[in-house]
Amino acid sequence: MRAAVLACGLWLAVTPALAASSIPEDPLGSVMWETLYPEVFGTAPVVADDRVKVLAPADVENARAMPVAVDATALDGVQEIVIVADLNPFPVVLRYEPLKARPFIATRIKIQQATAVRAAARTRDGVWHMNGRLVDAAGGGCAAPPASYAASDWADHLGEVQARVWPADAAGTARVKLRIRHPQDTGLMAGVPAFFIDALTLTAADGTPVARLSPLEPVSEDPVFTLALDAPVPGSVLTLKGRDNNGGDIAASIPVPVKTAATGTVGVTP
Amino acid sequence: MIRTLLASLLLLLAAATSHAAPLSYDLKPTQIAPDTYVFVGSTEHFTRANGGNILNPGFIVTDDGVVVIQTGPSRRFGEEMRAAIRTVTPKPIRIVYISNLHPDYFLGNQAFKDVPIAALPGTIAGIEREGAAITENMYRLVGDWMRGTDPVAPTQAVHGSTVVYGSHRLRLIPLEGHTHADLALYDETTKVLFAGGVVFSDRTPTTPHADVAKWLKALDTLEALDVSVLVPNHGRIRPDKGAIAQTRDWLTWLDGTLRTAAAQGADMAEMLEAPIPDRFASLSMLRPEYQRSVAHLWPAIEQETLPRAAP
Repeated sequence: MRAAVLACGLWLAVTPALAASSIPEDPLGSVMWETLYPEVFGTAPVVADDRVKVLAPADVENARAMPVAVDATALDGVQEIVIVADLNPFPVVLRYEPLKARPFIATRIKIQQATAVRAAARTRDGVWHMNGRLVDAAGGGCAAPPASYAASDWADHLGEVQARVWPADAAGTARVKLRIRHPQDTGLMAGVPAFFIDALTLTAADGTPVARLSPLEPVSEDPVFTLALDAPVPGSVLTLKGRDNNGGDIAASIPVPVKTAATGTVGVTP
Repeated sequence: MIRTLLASLLLLLAAATSHAAPLSYDLKPTQIAPDTYVFVGSTEHFTRANGGNILNPGFIVTDDGVVVIQTGPSRRFGEEMRAAIRTVTPKPIRIVYISNLHPDYFLGNQAFKDVPIAALPGTIAGIEREGAAITENMYRLVGDWMRGTDPVAPTQAVHGSTVVYGSHRLRLIPLEGHTHADLALYDETTKVLFAGGVVFSDRTPTTPHADVAKWLKALDTLEALDVSVLVPNHGRIRPDKGAIAQTRDWLTWLDGTLRTAAAQGADMAEMLEAPIPDRFASLSMLRPEYQRSVAHLWPAIEQETLPRAAP
């Protein structure tokens, strides 16, 4: 905990002071925005845009695993999505490059206290389109031990992958879900160093990378990622490769189903 | 630590507004059957306005003393409850029963420390394990109402049995599903059922410790009883078993909806705003409680839909 406070202090100290006028307005009115803007976006333009949909609960029931989904499919040419929880000790949750995928990502994250949760999607012109919401929380999610340490065999399952691709809908979009066994330690618990997955790439059968993820500390234990792929070849096999910050490998082969979906939509929203 | 900080803050606040009236739950017992009374709570979630008074605790006046069922969300509640019982009868408190480990059932226990406090073994273990965290969260949710409240675990383990107090034969029914140990009390003399946590009435069921399959079995057990008045843990007291059917309908819909969506590839965040059928519109706290249930139930349901991928 003390290390985190120290780290935060240093981070504040080295952040160059920017003139207030050069910082875009924050639609969420967060106290952290002036610090986070240069840290996350540099000097790039950021605009509030409700075409980026951020789904998250107003009240966080489980601070270890708050669901969040970012849907930027209303924008063309999204190159990258970033998710930020302002008042977490590690504000940046993940970065996502939907290379050959739709700009949609959902996962579950730890929440340390009530905070603004924002997501921004960068289009080809370099502009970040941002939206988000305030969430209320009892908190403590970043400093709680993972539940899996209660089981003596957690290490035997480290890096195991469960995954499924659903048949493409009428628009050719196919859902994929990944669940990876990993404690995702933030390093804020005394004596337990940071230990989390920091790189994942999904590759098509022909070797083309289709989606690249850079998760960070706030992503929940045994993380689940939901993505939306652009027309994966039915009957082919996707490859997931990744690693954690200790150099541990993650690898999985994920078959794409042959049949097409009976109805045009998957899940609750198209 | 958090509690100490909070208490100091609240003291400062109290000093600044010392003219404010002292907090009171203003408890009034309602007679629902011969010798049988309930303190009817609100159907909201815990708020600083209601002080956590969202439960229907009760008591039965017998020739062998007063049997108390649940003690409410705070020390203050327990003390006010005891004083309100005294307005009905001068008889001593004989025993207290606690139905489960949720905060509004047992955090008034401090006011009943001089009598046996009985609960299922699983409830006692749960309070010993989670009581401190549960109490801290209540301080956050309702604030000053909690002043002086500490968790007190029940002192007497009970099992399925029939116990007699004066002319009242009470059947203790061990159930599970709402939590891992749910105690219902059925008064064979008056046919009043204190259903505990497993029955909600016009109030959306809460699921932080739920096992839906076991919960549905518990409802079957209660459905078989001959009931004159059903006291649900939260919500309207009814002269019939309609609340059992309503609770079953909700749980069946909730579990089925989450399972169907998970099998179709929906994400947890997308479920937060999923449509809820009109027939549930009369349940209070509908959307917020549904969203809490998504947080509680979705991860395990989703996990079953994801096959292991070969390395």
